[in-house]
Amino acid sequence: MYAFVNGPLVWIAFAVFVVGSLWQVMSLYKMSKRTDKVFYDHYNPGAARASVWAWLMPLGSRPLRESPATALGFFVFHVCLILTPLFALGHAVTFEFNRGIHWPSLPDGLTDVLTLLFLASALFMLGRRFVLPHVKIVTEPKDYFVWCVTFLPFLTGFLAYHKMLLPPDQMLFLHVLFGCMMLILLPFTKLAHAFLFFLTRAFIGSEFARRGTKTW
Amino acid sequence: MSDQKPVNAEEIMAVIERNDTARLRAWLKTCMSCGLCSESCFFYLANDNKPEFMPQYKARVTLGELIKKKGNVSREQLQEMKEVAWGRCTMCRRCSQYCPFGIEIALMINIARQCMRTQNVCPDRLMTIDQSYVEFGNQMSIPDEEFVETCEWMAEEGQDRLKDLEIPIDKEDANIMFVVNSREPKYYPQDIQEAAMVMHAAGENWTMPSHGWEATNLSMFSGNLKVAGQVTQTLYDAAQKLRAKKICITECGHAYRAAKYEGPYWTKQPNGQAPVEVTHAVKLFHDYLKEGRIKLKHKFKEPMTYQHPCNLSRSGDLGAYGDGLMEMLCDNYVPMQPDAEWSHCCCGGGGFIPMGADYKKIRMVAGKVKAEQIKKTGCKYVLVPCHNCTDQINDLNKEYDLGIKVMSFKELICELMDLPPHMQPGDEEEAE
Ligand code: SF4
Ligand code: SF4
Repeated sequence: MYAFVNGPLVWIAFAVFVVGSLWQVMSLYKMSKRTDKVFYDHYNPGAARASVWAWLMPLGSRPLRESPATALGFFVFHVCLILTPLFALGHAVTFEFNRGIHWPSLPDGLTDVLTLLFLASALFMLGRRFVLPHVKIVTEPKDYFVWCVTFLPFLTGFLAYHKMLLPPDQMLFLHVLFGCMMLILLPFTKLAHAFLFFLTRAFIGSEFARRGTKTW
Repeated sequence: MSDQKPVNAEEIMAVIERNDTARLRAWLKTCMSCGLCSESCFFYLANDNKPEFMPQYKARVTLGELIKKKGNVSREQLQEMKEVAWGRCTMCRRCSQYCPFGIEIALMINIARQCMRTQNVCPDRLMTIDQSYVEFGNQMSIPDEEFVETCEWMAEEGQDRLKDLEIPIDKEDANIMFVVNSREPKYYPQDIQEAAMVMHAAGENWTMPSHGWEATNLSMFSGNLKVAGQVTQTLYDAAQKLRAKKICITECGHAYRAAKYEGPYWTKQPNGQAPVEVTHAVKLFHDYLKEGRIKLKHKFKEPMTYQHPCNLSRSGDLGAYGDGLMEMLCDNYVPMQPDAEWSHCCCGGGGFIPMGADYKKIRMVAGKVKAEQIKKTGCKYVLVPCHNCTDQINDLNKEYDLGIKVMSFKELICELMDLPPHMQPGDEEEAE
């Protein structure tokens, strides 16, 4: 079991993540050729790029400027979510050990800070769902589910590194398991917004540009 | 009612399948229920931030439910959805600007409306209007002859203000084919006269068609896209028959959006472009002033603010032209906040005005946001280049005691323009 999770499962998860995401994008693309004439009539690469870029910037869009606290929470969450696993020293070492490829990494102390920031911002996002009536009313069980799926790999990673709660190898086992779960589920749940964001923004950027209007 | 037919789920599903596009699928998959769209919506703001008024929720309890239940809903459920789809959203699209993914709630509400319309669940007045379009080609059941007579009458009467004023009907090869909101011949024929005066003074080569003169397209809001397409086609046909270079829409918001942006798809035009260029009075008048074809005696002195209609300034490309025209006409133009493409809907759009008395109370409550925007400018004059906004802001004026006067561009230009001597009505008649 341990061996499976720490070995093949990781590769399976990566494969599912990559192939699943590509498959989702390709099938939407194929469908759009048939159903979204509007888009192809008015696609405007400049506006699409500008729209994506503006919304990737912390205060690049008017709506985010209007709610800076929420914007900050969202950005810390997403930046840490991407940077931490990509550059965690532990991941880089494992990668090098297994594949012999050197991967840049951040010092452990910094990874620790990023993890804590991530956990805090994740709690902030969860808190919004409980506290704000306009968020609560549209929150469904699956929103809590995907929240857990993102939260748990970080929590277990943190606990394993600090040797808390469970023996480190058991915690590490959970960490890998949850990490794989996140990768596997990403293309098939709401987490797919990670890549669908680019498609929907390119569309709306072009669609509003056609009417001389900005969406940021 | 007992004589009502049972809900036909297949008809509902046919609408959903027709609208099953990659972009709708992507929207349904990406919405993170983050709630960022809430504060964009004036319904939400005006109703004390009640969560039931937040955009995503409204789409979910209408289209979301219809999709989930595959159209198998009861008449009672449809009635509840109707109050959401028509009574809580004007399809102003401000929420699409606020959503990180650009999800178009307005389009989803529109699809929901189309679904309900197949079951004749729709505000009664809008259904009557669909009928009127089919029978008369316009929303107010005006026979074409009556329209032409009104124009003749207005031209004649207008000669007191502008010598030799003409309203050319069915003139071929004109530069502009001007089309109106049928509210004008019905209740405000002066509007036609004033538009004619401006174009005449600018030396425009223009005309109005004796058939296909209706610019509004309220079927877009009733959800009856078949009729909406017919209305647009009639407009395009009229322009092509007269070989007009451009179709110019009167000061009406949704008419412009329908003819320029949505119409081409309803009528299946290649490349999604109208077969004849569509422009709007705001742009036309803007260019007349800019090019010096219309000269002013002086600018308007009192502080004046401008209502940016959603369908011109957000769903249309006229925000900057509206502002530019205001600058050219007014000494003291005070923009509202937020402005231009970010402007709030006044709650006259989306079919609300023609939905009539049943919906007036909702309209007055939700219009509070606009009333406050106006109040904050401190202006006593509001320029409104859209008929539905005009009705709504006049109603808001009474409801919230704003003490304002609403004007249109043509009215203001007629008041300010400096007619060359040969156009000024002579004293001959008086001498007689
Ligand atoms: S529609 Fe957009 S802004 Fe509204 S809840 Fe969904 S993702 Fe958030
Ligand atoms: S389209 Fe306008 S009225 Fe409708 S939900 Fe969005 S912001 Fe509100």
